[in-house]
Amino acid sequence: MDEALLRSLTPSVLTVLVRRGADFAAAEDAVQDALVEAVRLWPADPPRDAKGWLVTVAWRKFLDATRSDTARRRREERIEEEPAPGSTPAVDDTLQLYFLCAHPSLTPSSAVALTLRAVGGLTTRQIAQAYLVPEATMAQRISRAKRTVSGVRFDQPGDVGTVLRVLYLVFNEGYSGDVDLAAEAIRLTRQLAGAIDHPEVAGLLALMLLHHARRASRTAPDGGLVPLAEQDRTRWDTAAIAEGVRILQTALARDRLGEFQAQAAIAALHADAPTAGETDWVQIVEWYDELARLTDSPVVRLNRAVAVGEADGPRAGLAALAVIKDSLPRHTAAAAYLHERAGDVTTAARLYAEAAHKAPNLAERDYLTRQAARLNSRTRY
Amino acid sequence: MAKYLLLKHYRGAPAPANDVPMEQWTPEEISAHVQYMRDFADRLVKTGEYVDGQALAPEGTWVRYDGEGRPPVTDGPFAETKDLIAGWMVIDVDSYERAVEVAGELSAAPGAGGKPIHEWLELRPFYAASPTDPECHAGG
Repeated sequence: MDEALLRSLTPSVLTVLVRRGADFAAAEDAVQDALVEAVRLWPADPPRDAKGWLVTVAWRKFLDATRSDTARRRREERIEEEPAPGSTPAVDDTLQLYFLCAHPSLTPSSAVALTLRAVGGLTTRQIAQAYLVPEATMAQRISRAKRTVSGVRFDQPGDVGTVLRVLYLVFNEGYSGDVDLAAEAIRLTRQLAGAIDHPEVAGLLALMLLHHARRASRTAPDGGLVPLAEQDRTRWDTAAIAEGVRILQTALARDRLGEFQAQAAIAALHADAPTAGETDWVQIVEWYDELARLTDSPVVRLNRAVAVGEADGPRAGLAALAVIKDSLPRHTAAAAYLHERAGDVTTAARLYAEAAHKAPNLAERDYLTRQAARLNSRTRY
Repeated sequence: MAKYLLLKHYRGAPAPANDVPMEQWTPEEISAHVQYMRDFADRLVKTGEYVDGQALAPEGTWVRYDGEGRPPVTDGPFAETKDLIAGWMVIDVDSYERAVEVAGELSAAPGAGGKPIHEWLELRPFYAASPTDPECHAGG
């Protein structure tokens, strides 16, 4: 049973049903029913044309559901008169489905859930597991999302930016469960990159590949955070890095820079360095300058200050940091690091402890607490 | 998509505006209060924001390890002095603003005289279980 194949076919089967006039919510339910059938029947009797099989079964499920609703009788008869197409159209309008699932009328969490279900083909249970919420809650989240977009016309071009943001959320917010959401986000972004020619889609795909390639080395066996400089670079996935760099270079060559491409360029420079000491910080600062121009985000300026600290020394980094509001998350952590590098251990220890108190997650808090403890035990004598 | 814990306190929180002990409410007022909480939880399930919730009994005991081969030390209950948690609910919402909005709604549960009790609720964010945050090179 090739579950990955099933999931990759989901969006195109769904779009065929919607194209034939099925309401989005009803079509989505029918496709899920067909997937369940496939899981049940295919191991013993695999079809020759998997997609054709799914379309036929899903369409039958849709008609069954429609038929039970007598008020729809007339419309159903009209639909049934239409010839069942032998082969499905070659034009893949999966793209429309991405736009629909990332529709601006949806909240971020609804857009993420709907994308994973309709485009990704994940079951409600799998999505609920990944986000650690009850299945009933996730079912409601998805059905609300379907209701919200059910009036949206399917053939209108959407905003690629919203789709990319949803995929980025999937990549960043996955927890646990039997589906690796980061890998799923890469799969969906790869599929999107195949359907649409857009440098920022390529930029996001490159960014995900470059981050994912380093995932195994980012945490210690005990779950603790391993900072970039201390990561075991032999454990990086060099094939994924090479692919990410190649995709990024092609995108950059088109001269339509966007924030994902710029972020990917920074990630690529980190991934390219054979050792942390050989990182090209000067170029990284230049990319942060580009990124700041594109986004004007204080978070970017904060990261830039840290990069400046590496390129031009900790004093320069602290000067860059001084003009950024210190209420910004991770500001204190960055200041602690730069003070330590500048040799002011006492201030650094105090700031690390303060940063630990404000850390946004457990792994970071533990890491920062340990940094503070390390410096304190050094100055205690 | 961030999880928050909403804590209801028996004691320890600032006094609510409509501060009449529950045993002095009418049975109808208690029913209305309980129904409000049920409806509230149902609404959160429907919006896809409910994670879990339970009511807790007022008796609590402090427990401490007391050394090898000895039974744990227990202390309490001290219902008069200690901060007691009456119940909790976990929500999963898109933003802090939404979490505050939801908590505000829960705080509006009706009490004596059918008026909102304006109960104080403690709102605590969960740490993410496994962050996949973009690279940190400064430990931050």
